[in-house]
Amino acid sequence: MYKIITKKELNPTVTLMEIAAPHIAKKAKAGQFIILRIDEKGERIPLTIADYDEEKGTVTIIFQIVGSSTSKLNTKKEGESILDFVGPLGTPSHLDGIKSACVIGGGLGTAIAYPQAKALHKMGAKVDVITGFKNDDLIILKDEIAAVSDNHYITTDDKGFVTDVLKDLLERGNKYDMVIAIGPLVMMKAVCDVTKPYGIKTIVSMNSIMIDGTGMCGGCRLTVGGETKFACVDGPDFDGHLVDFDEAIRRSYMYKEQETCSRKEHNCRLEGMR
Amino acid sequence: MPNMSPKKVEMPVQAGNVRNKNFKEVALGYTKEMAVTEAERCLNCKHKPCVNGCPVNVQIPEFIQEITKGNFEDAYQIIKTTNSLPAVCGRVCPQETQCESKCVRGIKGESVAIGRLERFVADYHLKNGKEQIEMPQSNGIKVAVIGSGPAGLSCAGDLAKMGYKVTVFEAFHTAGGVLMYGIPQFRLPKDIVQKEIDLLKEMGVEIKTNMVAGRVFSIDELLNEQNYKAVFIGSGAGLPSFMNIPGENLNGVYSANEFLTRINLMKAYKFPEYDTPVRAGKKVAVVGGGNVAMDAARCAKRLGAEEVYIIYRRSEKEMPARLEEVHHAKEEDIIFKTLTNPVEITGKDGFVTGIKCVEMELGEPDASGRRKPVPKPGSEYVTDIDTVIIAIGQSPNPLIKSTTEGLDTKSWGGIETNEETCETSIKGVFAGGDAVTGAATVILAMGAGKSAAKSIDKYIKELG
Ligand SMILES: Cc1cc2nc3c(=O)[nH]c(=O)nc-3n(C[C@H](O)[C@H](O)[C@H](O)COP(=O)(O)OP(=O)(O)OC[C@H]3O[C@@H](n4cnc5c(N)ncnc54)[C@H](O)[C@@H]3O)c2cc1C
Ligand SMILES: Cc1cc2nc3c(=O)[nH]c(=O)nc-3n(C[C@H](O)[C@H](O)[C@H](O)COP(=O)(O)OP(=O)(O)OC[C@H]3O[C@@H](n4cnc5c(N)ncnc54)[C@H](O)[C@@H]3O)c2cc1C
Ligand code: SF4
Ligand code: FES
Repeated sequence: MYKIITKKELNPTVTLMEIAAPHIAKKAKAGQFIILRIDEKGERIPLTIADYDEEKGTVTIIFQIVGSSTSKLNTKKEGESILDFVGPLGTPSHLDGIKSACVIGGGLGTAIAYPQAKALHKMGAKVDVITGFKNDDLIILKDEIAAVSDNHYITTDDKGFVTDVLKDLLERGNKYDMVIAIGPLVMMKAVCDVTKPYGIKTIVSMNSIMIDGTGMCGGCRLTVGGETKFACVDGPDFDGHLVDFDEAIRRSYMYKEQETCSRKEHNCRLEGMR
Repeated sequence: MPNMSPKKVEMPVQAGNVRNKNFKEVALGYTKEMAVTEAERCLNCKHKPCVNGCPVNVQIPEFIQEITKGNFEDAYQIIKTTNSLPAVCGRVCPQETQCESKCVRGIKGESVAIGRLERFVADYHLKNGKEQIEMPQSNGIKVAVIGSGPAGLSCAGDLAKMGYKVTVFEAFHTAGGVLMYGIPQFRLPKDIVQKEIDLLKEMGVEIKTNMVAGRVFSIDELLNEQNYKAVFIGSGAGLPSFMNIPGENLNGVYSANEFLTRINLMKAYKFPEYDTPVRAGKKVAVVGGGNVAMDAARCAKRLGAEEVYIIYRRSEKEMPARLEEVHHAKEEDIIFKTLTNPVEITGKDGFVTGIKCVEMELGEPDASGRRKPVPKPGSEYVTDIDTVIIAIGQSPNPLIKSTTEGLDTKSWGGIETNEETCETSIKGVFAGGDAVTGAATVILAMGAGKSAAKSIDKYIKELG
């Protein structure tokens, strides 16, 4: 059992939890994730390691309430426990040698992008961060990101998309060794389209549907540069200019029907909000 | 006077058209009377040919003689001296190519039903026997076991009996390896496996689940920082192979591993009571001819698929699956398309709609001695289906190899070992089971775990 040390609501649909898992905190690196199972009947859901504290022995997860498992997770209180919590999984981000980077987070992707911005900042790189949200009420991690970036641009859908901000920065002559884009598949695809003509290496985080997270089921597979890769072990970070996004988008629809059924079963209170 | 009937006493089973709708065990097991009658077919041969067919040398005629006398518990104890998992092996061993293939009674008629008898005494013991756990004097020496499949569990059990302080690290949230996540409930009830695991715990073996070796710790750390004197790697062959044909990434194409894990480990067959979904579809094609393919096909049928095909490129005779599973699959209305090979999976809007296959014929024998299938030109045709399950084999997961410096492996990923001692290229590190051999059998994995336990004991004693 893994205890919930703190729980904080970041916005009405996004929650942060610090979980006691000293062995994982000791090994975690930016870009890695955990898989948890809430209880005996739960499914295994992957969540990015948003932060970790080796001294406290905790791992921070930030999750968006989108379906039955994340709703159930959100009912857990501080002091209660989660049955299974395994990690760190995935290959850490390769950030060595980066002097300047633009890190882009779309919606909840902001939480996944945060540890990468933090790691780059700690390395002494120049870090510009662009985060985009549907509206002002959904903005998360504003102060945290400000603390680890040189410039932080926040946009909301009424003002423009993250790609608009990025285009503007590039047109104004900003140079980056690397762009890291994390968010919905369509957003990551759009960012890659923007950076391609500039020849800027663009890393995306592929959140495929997963079960084991150790490379034994192949459910998380995607096509990168014409080859089949497993997101859970070869990724989740990949070169965005090589990813077959159209296929990835199709694959994410696999369980639409069942997810709707499961949500209804759990009488999800978010039904009205989507 | 032995029972000279040429046929085995039949195994009571759930009827095919009943059981293909439930996940309860297919074979119901012999009664005492049936077991005694069958045991009386054994000639108690002096030269014991059957024992040579058994990878762990179970003393077959001896245990069968005890059954004839009604000493079922004694029969169990005889098996248990060389086989740590009788209730499992009695159900899943390919007896027809092992002990039973050597049985003298098989020359004229059917061999003695050794597997069924093994299962009978194991079940009798589970129900009536008392487990006397000999708590060994602990020697306080720590040994780590990676993976909790049959190889890891039997290695841990034997080491614990010798007094070692054993910790098993398992990546999944449940121990048991393929016995838990691969082989379905209707062939191997999970409570049987769980009992074996609970027994190990009572013997003092510590089982740590949710621990992925290579990620949360390295083998080097186990040996040099955490004070384990030796490490056994029994991480199995979990990496699924795909066919590399067009359409393989369409929605509705599963590896057998994914399909079976969702069903067996995550209990997707009880969705939405359990949260994990699985989509079996109405018309399912399973590619492959081994136990894994049979299990996937039979699961799909049980999840309500109307038509389930087994597509296999050789003929039925060459199928590596246990004979009994092939029979059972047929009785459950699984449709066999042998000498058939998929060349493409067709789809619409990202979902599978059909499978294009080519007919095959058998040509010259290949390296494995089996006649090599070759495609018949122009024989391609498309069958409408909505789900494809690929069960063409697994190889060892590269995770441990890629995170362990100095660990030698073969080109296909199997860990290099000394066959007898299970030693790897790293001092103090041993390996066995599917991680070494590639996908094989429960009994071979168990045997390797036992040999490794002996070698580890010897190695540690020599360290002084
Ligand atoms: C490596 C990795 C890291 C992740 N990190 C985070 C994180 O830090 N925070 C977070 O909130 N989420 C993260 N996700 C996504 C998270 O795992 C899913 O949101 C979660 O599994 C949904 O479970 P559910 O039962 O609540 O929703 P479901 O009922 O399963 O799904 C609800 C909706 O979410 C979509 N969905 C389901 N699974 C995924 C997925 N894997 N990726 C994207 N969409 C999905 C479905 O299509 C559906 O529209 C990550 C996923 C991966 C693979
Ligand atoms: C569907 C199916 C049906 C089968 N049917 C039969 C049958 O009828 N008869 C028969 O004899 N054989 C059968 N087999 C084969 C048999 O199950 C295997 O040969 C046997 O289980 C191998 O045992 P093992 O201990 O080597 O590995 P496994 O049983 O594969 O166990 C390995 C364990 O190690 C864990 N692991 C892997 N990597 C790590 C890591 N990095 N850190 C920690 N843990 C890790 C895995 O999660 C797993 O639990 C079948 C196999 C399958 C898949
Ligand atoms: S070979 Fe057959 S008949 Fe002979 S001892 Fe073995 S099981 Fe009995
Ligand atoms: S989640 Fe199973 S292989 Fe990646």
